[in-house]
Amino acid sequence: MSVLLEVKDLTAGYGGPAVIEGISFDVFTNEIAVILGPNGAGKSTVIKTIFSLTNVLGGSVQLDGKTITDQKTSKLVTMGVSAVPQSHNVFPNLTVDENLDIGTYAAPPVDKMATREIILGLFPDLRDKLKQPSGELSGGQRQMVAIGRALMCEPTLLLLDEPTAGLSPAYLERIFDLLLDVRKTGVTILMVEQNARQALQIADHGHVFVNGKNFISGTGQELLADENVRNSFLGGAAS
Amino acid sequence: MELTGLFFYLVSILIAGGIYSLLCLGLNIQWGMGGVFNAGIAGFFATGAYASAILTTSTSAKHIGGFDLPVLAGLLGAGIISGCVGWAVAKICIRLKSDYLAMASIGIAEILRLVIVNESWLTNGSLGLSGVPRPFAGLASGRTADIVFLVFIWVIVIAVFFFSQRLYDSPWGRSLRAIRDNEQSASAAGKDVEKFRIQTFAIGCAIMGIAGGLSAHYFRFLSPSATDPLLVTFLVWVMLIAGGSGNNRGAIVGALSIWFLWSVTEIFTNRLPPEWITRSSFVRMLLVGLLLQYVLQRFRAGIIPEKAPKLRYSEEE
Amino acid sequence: MIEFINFYLVPGFAIGSVYALGAVGISMIFGILRFAHFAHGDLMTVGVYGVFAATVVFPVNPFLLVPVGMALAIFAALFVDKVFYQPLRKLPTIYTVISSFGVALIFRSLIQIIGGSENRVFGSGIRPPLILFDTFRLSSLHVQAVTTTAVIAVVLHIFLSKSMTGRSMRAVADDPELAQISGLDTEKVVRWTWIIGAALAAIAGVFAGLDTSAHPNLGWNLLLPMFAAAILGGIGKPMGAMAGGFIIGLAEELSSYHWIGESALISPSYKTAVAFVIMIALLIFKPQGLFKGRLL
Repeated sequence: MSVLLEVKDLTAGYGGPAVIEGISFDVFTNEIAVILGPNGAGKSTVIKTIFSLTNVLGGSVQLDGKTITDQKTSKLVTMGVSAVPQSHNVFPNLTVDENLDIGTYAAPPVDKMATREIILGLFPDLRDKLKQPSGELSGGQRQMVAIGRALMCEPTLLLLDEPTAGLSPAYLERIFDLLLDVRKTGVTILMVEQNARQALQIADHGHVFVNGKNFISGTGQELLADENVRNSFLGGAAS
Repeated sequence: MELTGLFFYLVSILIAGGIYSLLCLGLNIQWGMGGVFNAGIAGFFATGAYASAILTTSTSAKHIGGFDLPVLAGLLGAGIISGCVGWAVAKICIRLKSDYLAMASIGIAEILRLVIVNESWLTNGSLGLSGVPRPFAGLASGRTADIVFLVFIWVIVIAVFFFSQRLYDSPWGRSLRAIRDNEQSASAAGKDVEKFRIQTFAIGCAIMGIAGGLSAHYFRFLSPSATDPLLVTFLVWVMLIAGGSGNNRGAIVGALSIWFLWSVTEIFTNRLPPEWITRSSFVRMLLVGLLLQYVLQRFRAGIIPEKAPKLRYSEEE
Repeated sequence: MIEFINFYLVPGFAIGSVYALGAVGISMIFGILRFAHFAHGDLMTVGVYGVFAATVVFPVNPFLLVPVGMALAIFAALFVDKVFYQPLRKLPTIYTVISSFGVALIFRSLIQIIGGSENRVFGSGIRPPLILFDTFRLSSLHVQAVTTTAVIAVVLHIFLSKSMTGRSMRAVADDPELAQISGLDTEKVVRWTWIIGAALAAIAGVFAGLDTSAHPNLGWNLLLPMFAAAILGGIGKPMGAMAGGFIIGLAEELSSYHWIGESALISPSYKTAVAFVIMIALLIFKPQGLFKGRLL
């Protein structure tokens, strides 16, 4: 297994004090990696920092051996990194089709129509909503549009910030199943999750952060079995 | 220019500078302390000017009144009427965000202007009001009367300045600034944000009204063209930002220095070749426009920036 | 009835098309750059004077020279954005609003310095009205204004819904942060916003200037009705702004028709106040406009 993304001693914040300090972890090619931790642990900040949306104060991020710490967000998209924020992740006044189309502008795929077909194959619910403004869709469908948009540029690395936030348990399972399908198309996924138990069940690796620092890392099974993690993070997780 | 001429030129600059200082202090209460945008300064200025003029002129068949009241009563009336108009406007518009409030306040200023131009039973329309009295007219005559007026106007400016200082440091002013800086946490702390903003708008408008009244008494004549809506509003904004928004001293220093610049450039532009003289005021306008851009980009805090007041420990300890 | 159509309805549509073209720019700038552009009216005037200057050099039909005015307005808009607005973009938008006040003054004083402050009449003389069925007397200019605006509306609609740039513009108006995350070229979107806004402002200005006369306050006097139209249509909704422009234009003209009795419903001298009152009422009761625009 080769390392796709290498995060080393990363320290970053939003202009004020550092929110994450000295974070290090690796993401392997074509795996699903999940970032866990209590509220305020800086999980989202890790994702945002990788995507150049924060102020980096120290450390580095490497994609495929190239340092990307100082790259602009728009450049990262052309390098094959795509991201879905937690909320406000669709353009509400644009139709579903237009939302997907927007995903191709920064880094056009080789065959736009073919990519669109693959994505509609992954998210069949969207097929008969293509002409609808995406603001009118349900939360779960919006999440599909958002992930679909991010996949339209055929990324190698997909960053997801709490893709199941606010979704019903039924939809949560569907989204996780979909992510497994997305991985089969060759995409590497790094996501932040609150629903730790379910996330670890589909994840290859998990990284737990507390107070902006590394706490523990391991495979999904290791973390599920770990006494410490179970008591601190999995006990309250609804199944 | 002979020396006395120069002296009286200076007097006229300081009188107009005093009027602008008042406008600036009024805007400072609204924008500097309260963060409430007002782009309709000229409207409240004109309201005050007409209010005071109608209250103090002698009875006329051409328009309502006049009521022949003393000048001080006229100015008081100008403040009250402008303040009430401001209060009514604020009552309607205060919830709007800054950009929208800017549009609404210009719209209201324009409506006030249309009323002044069209309702001749009230304002004698475009013919204007003449015979507006000067205060203490018996004390001096001719040009010396201007000196009396200068003293009169600056007594008022200083009084308003001390009033604004008290306001700034009062619990009311502190709450107001808390709202300006962080509306959400202030409202979470139980402050009635809307009430504070309506009050700040009305007080600022009252002061602008007094400034308008003073200008009517200074020129002794009032016509709708006397209040070029854009120029007055715009100059006052440049003055406040250049002087230091949030600081009363800054408001006065800004008003005086920008007005001085404006007036001095007139001396220079008057020496331009004759075919350019008619356009000289446009050159000055251009320069003020550019000055504003410079101030906004490089000099936002102003000549005398606002300082957070020193923490005062209770003296009983 | 004929009087109503000839003197109220048609002029309402004509001034409405001026408002519509101006309001599109205001609405797009507000939606994409997030500030109320108070120099938009004066940008119109810049366009008008560009056409006017060109007619002095090339004495042909002013309509052929409209592209000169559009080019001048586009240049002016891109220049002030680069020099005056862009440095303030990270600050609260109110600073850009104040700056745009200053730009309005800069535009106007430049026009007055170069072009003088007197009224200018485009030298095409008296145009005979079009007479249809012996009863409808239409000014050919009014017909041209309305048809041009209709054509522009169709083209703009296609551009915004089909082209990459148009869709990107709508995306940025919808959610600028997500647009950045999606890797869209926001600077290009900003550029196109100014180009379209300024070009349409110049066209609108020429129609307004031909209808009466060109003077330095031409655009400023149209600014508030255009804001009213943009808000009516919903901020960030160019097609809504178009509709809003026509509604405001009609409301202004029809308000002075003698609906009840013999005299005008609202004195024609208060005609312009109608737009302001509509604007203020909208701001208070329905700030998202008739077509569900953004609430900034």
